[in-house]
Amino acid sequence: MQVPAADSPAHHGIAPHRCGECCTTMKGVGVRYRGAPVLENIDLHLHCGELTAVIGENGAGKTTLIKCLLGEIPHSGEVHFLDAAHRRPDSPVIGYVPQHSSFDKDAPVSVLDLFAASLAKRPACLGVSKSVREAALEGLHRTGAEGLIDRRVGILSGGELQRVLLGLALTPIPNILVLDEPMSGVDHSGREQFYELLSKLRREYDFAVLLVSHDLVSLARFADHMVFLDRRIVCEGTPKEVLHDPRVREAFSLHSLT
Amino acid sequence: MIESFLAPWHAAVSVLPFEWARFGFMRLALLAVLLVSPLLGALGTVVVANRMAFFSEAIGHAAFTGIALGVLLGLASPMWSMIGFALLLTLAIAWFRRRGGLSSDTAIGLVMAFTVSLGIVILSRGGDFARYTNFLIGDMLAVTAADVAWLALLAVFVAASFFFFFNRLLLGSLSPAIARSRAKNSGAAELAFACLLAVVVTCALPWIGILLINALLILPAAAARNLASNTSQFFGWSVAISFLAGIAGLVVSFYASTATGATIVLVAMAIYLLTLLRRTAS
Repeated sequence: MQVPAADSPAHHGIAPHRCGECCTTMKGVGVRYRGAPVLENIDLHLHCGELTAVIGENGAGKTTLIKCLLGEIPHSGEVHFLDAAHRRPDSPVIGYVPQHSSFDKDAPVSVLDLFAASLAKRPACLGVSKSVREAALEGLHRTGAEGLIDRRVGILSGGELQRVLLGLALTPIPNILVLDEPMSGVDHSGREQFYELLSKLRREYDFAVLLVSHDLVSLARFADHMVFLDRRIVCEGTPKEVLHDPRVREAFSLHSLT
Repeated sequence: MIESFLAPWHAAVSVLPFEWARFGFMRLALLAVLLVSPLLGALGTVVVANRMAFFSEAIGHAAFTGIALGVLLGLASPMWSMIGFALLLTLAIAWFRRRGGLSSDTAIGLVMAFTVSLGIVILSRGGDFARYTNFLIGDMLAVTAADVAWLALLAVFVAASFFFFFNRLLLGSLSPAIARSRAKNSGAAELAFACLLAVVVTCALPWIGILLINALLILPAAAARNLASNTSQFFGWSVAISFLAGIAGLVVSFYASTATGATIVLVAMAIYLLTLLRRTAS
């Protein structure tokens, strides 16, 4: 596995927006499904330490964009990752928190098993080694969820599950963290806490964040960069710029927002 | 040679103060149960967690076609054609899911309908079908020493393969999206497991029967789910319940003069119902 560049001590203390040493580039990315374009001509830069928010209506291609980044679907154009040494590793470490994550209520699987299934060589049915348990505790500690390690995954609340899945996505520390509508099913104060945690973590570990969400009010405060997607990039810029764009205001009926 | 290998087993079991232990076929059947029940109990945890019960049912039913092909090819034992056909079927179901864009239950239903009818058509030519009905309920007491040796080999192989795919399948059962983002070939692990499952189900068929094999795969794991709160407990309970049902069913079937496979399934069902009590109580 690739050692994450963002983990090197040289990066700590560098202002997030200025890092400029590692980045992810999408150039002319397009996806067609049965001949019809789903995504067209996407040019996107994700910088480490920066939170890029992607907004758009349902069917705008947000999840497809994430799948391109994760390398899950064939696409035209290029996706490149440059690490701090300006090399192009084929597989950057990508942490991923998927959409609509809820687990089978009765699944006989603990949070520790979830980590073991992701990290361990030994099959989880034969028990979990001490080193994997420690790695899981470390990951959960980052999101303040270490107390949940022996809980069954099916009985976690929405907010608890988000912290567990974020902790998992941060183990090992990724180059890019991708979150697909992570906050559906979490109340307002839970969202604010989650975004604050996310901001703290990306500054601390200096990874790039790509976040897809409908939560415009919170994003306005926490995102560095915002992209309005409707099959192609309609407009992008600071959250303030994008949220004042007439096309965005129209799409999200933002008449009340100043 | 295998017989001499098994001599200590026969000597040890015949010391037991039970009537059944005096019979060579029962001692052999016990050994087969001791091997096959943990094997099915272990695989069953993955089948239940990954919702593959319909697939394993289909593999069992497809044995008809495997037998039919063996007959057409003039093979002395249909085992090889059964295994070959089960593997072919596994690949066909995977192909229909991917290329045909079918949901998994539709793909399995489609392929199963075709294979079962093909098998029955071939085997029923000339009104000969009754000859093959013993495959429906199986015959645990017809196990040979060579069968036991094959089974032991298979058990070792399954245990080793768990190191390759168990964790990937577990993650896939929880969240396919996370599994795909963490491993590029999680689909390959699924297909490898399906192939292995097809081989084990087919090998155990002649003893347990086409109609019952799936019950032995699913019941212990379903019962274990009611007792476990993590993966290793789930696995441990499933293997233990499968063991218990297998041994109890074999002994009961001896004294009651009933078909062994079906008796084991009834014991497993009784255990499942007991675990259900404990689940509703908690």
